Amino acid sequence: MKICVLVKEVPDAAVEKRIDPSNGRLNRSGEKNLNPFDTHAIEAAMQLKEGDAIDVDEVVAVTMGPDTAVRALHKAVSLGADRSLHLTDEALAGSDVNGTGYSLAQALAKESPDLVLLGQQSDDGECYTIGAVVADHLQMPSLTQVIKIDVEDGKLRCERQAEYGYDTVLVELPAVISVGDAINEPRYPSLKAIMGAKKKPLETLGVADVGIEADRVGYDNARAHCTEFNAPPAKEPGKIIEDEDTSDTVEQIVAWLDERKLLA
Amino acid sequence: MSGILVYALHYEGAINKNSLGAVSEGARLAAELGTECHAIVVGDKAGLGDELVGSLGAYGATKVFRAEGPEGLSQPVVDAMAKVIGDNGHGYALFGGGLLGFEIGAGLAARLDAGVCMEVTNVRVEDGKLVAERPILKDSQVSDVHYRSDVGVIIGRLNAFEVKENGSGAATVEDVEVEYAPHSLKAQMVQRGEQRGADVNIEDADYLVAGGRGLGKAEGFEALEELAGALGGAVAATRAVVDAGWYSYSAQIGQTGKTVAPKLYLAAGISGAIQHKVGMMSSENIVAINKDSNAPIFEFSDLGIVGDLNKIVPKLTEAVKAKKGS
Repeated sequence: MKICVLVKEVPDAAVEKRIDPSNGRLNRSGEKNLNPFDTHAIEAAMQLKEGDAIDVDEVVAVTMGPDTAVRALHKAVSLGADRSLHLTDEALAGSDVNGTGYSLAQALAKESPDLVLLGQQSDDGECYTIGAVVADHLQMPSLTQVIKIDVEDGKLRCERQAEYGYDTVLVELPAVISVGDAINEPRYPSLKAIMGAKKKPLETLGVADVGIEADRVGYDNARAHCTEFNAPPAKEPGKIIEDEDTSDTVEQIVAWLDERKLLA
Repeated sequence: MSGILVYALHYEGAINKNSLGAVSEGARLAAELGTECHAIVVGDKAGLGDELVGSLGAYGATKVFRAEGPEGLSQPVVDAMAKVIGDNGHGYALFGGGLLGFEIGAGLAARLDAGVCMEVTNVRVEDGKLVAERPILKDSQVSDVHYRSDVGVIIGRLNAFEVKENGSGAATVEDVEVEYAPHSLKAQMVQRGEQRGADVNIEDADYLVAGGRGLGKAEGFEALEELAGALGGAVAATRAVVDAGWYSYSAQIGQTGKTVAPKLYLAAGISGAIQHKVGMMSSENIVAINKDSNAPIFEFSDLGIVGDLNKIVPKLTEAVKAKKGS
């Protein structure tokens, strides 16, 4: 079977993110990296491939984004993906969740995967929903925030935490599964894999290549349109203690608690 | 007339609190728009009697659609809501916070080619339309989201919508027949709502000491239990460590866990992700210990200590004991 892993390039967590006031979009320039949540999805794909419960022929990393997004694909390949697919087109810039999910689904349909894996959320947009959007377009069963996957009679036995405790759900393939970060500890790429990543096949596709309707994507066609950006009500900054002498730090904490009558 | 359709999640004979909040919010907005707020329930009809379903009227729903279908899964609900919206022309679909709401709302947006906004903390009426307010970038900014589609999908943040009994009596109940899409029946619930780990009551505690990934290992909770004991409180945990099996599910705070508001919330080794924040932000006093000075939790704590919790917590326990013993 074929597994496609959706990955995304996100600003490095250490870089402060900003909104570009001129167009209301997230300024995604600056240092970029593979979305840390996606490394868990790649690891899950690799564990299925390396395990003997199901035959996995190839793992394909798929992303949508500007030219720089190939770096996320290189990282994904260095972590084990066999090849990658880069959906990129000026027409896609500024797409909302709806347009992004639709576009990714169009690109995925071309690959006819048996399983689509993705991380539960992106580190920048803080949205947990792309998997469900993609699944509806591909008409595949879908589950998000999965923390355990076992293969059972060609189906996936998935566990996740939902509103009322842990749920166990049996999902038929093909399916779209988004994984939580508790599912595994992603491996580190070897130096050899990092060096070899750029040599693995990388296909670049535009909207016309995968039949994306232009009036469904891009900023101007976003169904949900972000306009104003306001600062939230300010909260008084709290007191900060840098722990240098722990006895002194503890004394300060106790005094603070005592002042608020929390040690009565 | 374009009404508002609210999804009401239920489990073991009760409607989810976040769904009740969403119905209350839907009713408030519908009144302002001059339309009606309807709700929809999907599940085993044996567990969805007229009384339970009709009780949504007390929160402001005038009508509740009831569809027989699988429980605890999102895609059958997408089918049911798409049908009801198609037949009745609702202008908005509204969800309270929680995992299923995110999944259903996103699937519905795809199905209806609709705009969707999640983590919404406030909704207001502007020129006869709804505008959703969504905090972004770790809550450092709030963005206004306008819908440019026939249907707008609004997914609330956990606890964003207050439960208010402002309705007038029972809602009418209308049964709907839904033809489920083949893919919607390809996920099967094997077991739902399994409780893992010991049963702990954290909701009634005045003092909570909560641990996260920064503890490094499951044994890290022993020191927190001692501190909680000295303070006369209980221990809570983040989702990450509960999923990792370090601590009991019943002690989990946040998006899929519990919501607490103790007198003191002491967070040890917790970075302060939004999913955790929504479960504890109403605490009276928030103290955070974290070795990373950039951890988001310091942005909403009243007292922040940048340091090694393994050094600080045991000494703090001794000091609290000494102080309370004096």
